[in-house]
Amino acid sequence: MHVIVNGRETTVAARDIAGLIAEMDYEFTQLAIAVNQRVVPRGRWAETALNAGDKIEIITPRQGG
Amino acid sequence: MTVNFYGKDFSSRLLIGTALYPSPAIMQQAIRASGAEIVTVSLRRESAGGRVGNQFWDLIRELNVAVLPNTAGCRTVQEAVTTAELARELFGTPWIKLEVIGDDETLQPDPLGLVEAAGILMKDGFEVFPYCTEDLTVAQRLRDLGCQVIMPWAAPIGSARGITNREALKLMRARLPDVTLVVDAGLGAPSHAAEAMELGYDAVLLNTAVAKAADPVAMAKAFRLAVDAGRAGYEAGLMGPRDFASPSTPVVGTPFWHAVS
Repeated sequence: MHVIVNGRETTVAARDIAGLIAEMDYEFTQLAIAVNQRVVPRGRWAETALNAGDKIEIITPRQGG
Repeated sequence: MTVNFYGKDFSSRLLIGTALYPSPAIMQQAIRASGAEIVTVSLRRESAGGRVGNQFWDLIRELNVAVLPNTAGCRTVQEAVTTAELARELFGTPWIKLEVIGDDETLQPDPLGLVEAAGILMKDGFEVFPYCTEDLTVAQRLRDLGCQVIMPWAAPIGSARGITNREALKLMRARLPDVTLVVDAGLGAPSHAAEAMELGYDAVLLNTAVAKAADPVAMAKAFRLAVDAGRAGYEAGLMGPRDFASPSTPVVGTPFWHAVS
């Protein structure tokens, strides 16, 4: 399935957010996720299905002012 | 005396950013030297397999400080609101330093977008720290939305110019006596921070002036001292300026007074 992860078109086998995290080696990272500009809480990653064309943002802490 | 941010008391009146330091170690040392109990952070995309966010987050957690995430770089209400929601999920805090930028060259806040986004977030349970200009009416609208903290700029972010509109900041302090007011952005020297505190501002927030100093750790300490001095001066009650001289040494008994040559 083609999805867009952090602005890049990506082909994944995963069918849900939890699967995507594992497939793309994000598993041990402190992160938050939005799909199509909606935040998906960590507790709902496994039950949130992916759809072709979804825009997924995978976000972690950074320096800021 | 402590300063209050949404019901939580803090001893330090200096909030400090975590960006632009020469190294992570110097960042940690500078934050410790500043005495700050609140640091600002951001959130950014992580590449697959990346650990950049985790490494940074470990450093912050070692400092045992409160975290104020920002929406830096957001230019629309929707971007800012979604970024705030991501920040709440990521950092587990309702605090958000709300930035909605209106102009790319000056990074001047967009007052219309800011007020709209603040309204959405306050209704959604966030505790918003809006970054705004010195415009009084915008600040009043933010207060009316329930913002207990408002953060007007001194000058554009990273400009090191210091307070460019002192009268407007004085006016905002006078008109919003019950809001926790923080001068955020544009401070370049410890004296700028002291000036903000002498105006009665509750705290200052800065980043670049410390991070880009020749010795960030020493500069962090200098800002800490300046903030404390400025606050102490404000609490001591500054005398007002006068148009003409007024001798400090007693006039009565001056030798040769009325002496005729």
